[in-house]
Amino acid sequence: MTDNKTDITTVNAPEGVEGSGFFATSLEKVVGLARKHSLWPLPFATSCCGIEYMATMGAHYDISRFGSERPSFSPRQADLLMVMGTIAKKMGPVVKQVYEQMAEPRWVIAVGACATSGGIFDSYSVLQGIDRIIPVDVYVPGCPPRPEQILDGLMRIQDLAENESLRRRNSPEYEALLSSYNIK
Amino acid sequence: MAEITNEQLVARLQEKFGEQVFDIQEPYGLVTVTTTRENIIPMLQALYEDDLLQMQFLTTLCGMHFPDNKGQELGVVYHVHSLQNNLRLRIKIFFPEDDAVVPTATELYQTANWMERETFDFYGIRFEGHPNLIRILNVEEMEAFPMRKEFPLEDQTREDKINTFFGR
Repeated sequence: MTDNKTDITTVNAPEGVEGSGFFATSLEKVVGLARKHSLWPLPFATSCCGIEYMATMGAHYDISRFGSERPSFSPRQADLLMVMGTIAKKMGPVVKQVYEQMAEPRWVIAVGACATSGGIFDSYSVLQGIDRIIPVDVYVPGCPPRPEQILDGLMRIQDLAENESLRRRNSPEYEALLSSYNIK
Repeated sequence: MAEITNEQLVARLQEKFGEQVFDIQEPYGLVTVTTTRENIIPMLQALYEDDLLQMQFLTTLCGMHFPDNKGQELGVVYHVHSLQNNLRLRIKIFFPEDDAVVPTATELYQTANWMERETFDFYGIRFEGHPNLIRILNVEEMEAFPMRKEFPLEDQTREDKINTFFGR
């Protein structure tokens, strides 16, 4: 880790037509670029993975570098629901309500073994993976995953956000997906 | 104040309750007695009011399940503690599975309210006279009693757990 200014990398402009004094590209690419670098996560941290996420928020790993400057502890303005930790069946409706209160476009990461599949807690009280109640975009394996892995998951979400079509959220496939989870 | 030994405690119990206490054991120095369902509340009351023992603190109330113990499958364990004498006593009662009704101890101990709700939640033992006997830890729509031995340990809705992966 050096501290000089040459380590800084900037985002490249999307494909487009460049001339003197103007730059033309498609709206989808501009919006994708903006969304990609301003993901605001809503950390839903219930256990050890949440502690690992706190390390990710800290100065060393610094999730703010990815434009996730404000961890939103409210569904308002949040784009990315990060479920970190064991979700008990009693907690399931709460997770679902938080997801429903987020505005489109929204993405979901399931961080760690518990959120993805119930983990070692194969018992009567634990939800066996949050994909039983809400759609999930990226799964981060590990028990608990290191901060690097959480950052990698965030970068996978960035890829999705960058390349997502503006019409995807209005497509019949997406509506069918949501209705399969009984979300309006 | 002289310390009360386990022998004195057992003698006192037999003097007070006679035939009502049986199967007296002393595992790890904790006096354990068994009594009947009808006798448990009067017994707790008498231990509470006893001048010598002064057992006025209910530390534990929980269920137990022994499916092989025919006619006595379910049980409840009470631990009463005397803060004055630093003395503890374990009392057990047993009753059949199809008649899982026990008189409540909430009249005597406020703390029994929570513990009896938990016992009902996990074992399905109904406490007669309890002011609010509903599930406390599990989800309300759960139909089974998960701490009973016939309840499967693993989630039955998982399709990705194949026995060959687990050496079973």
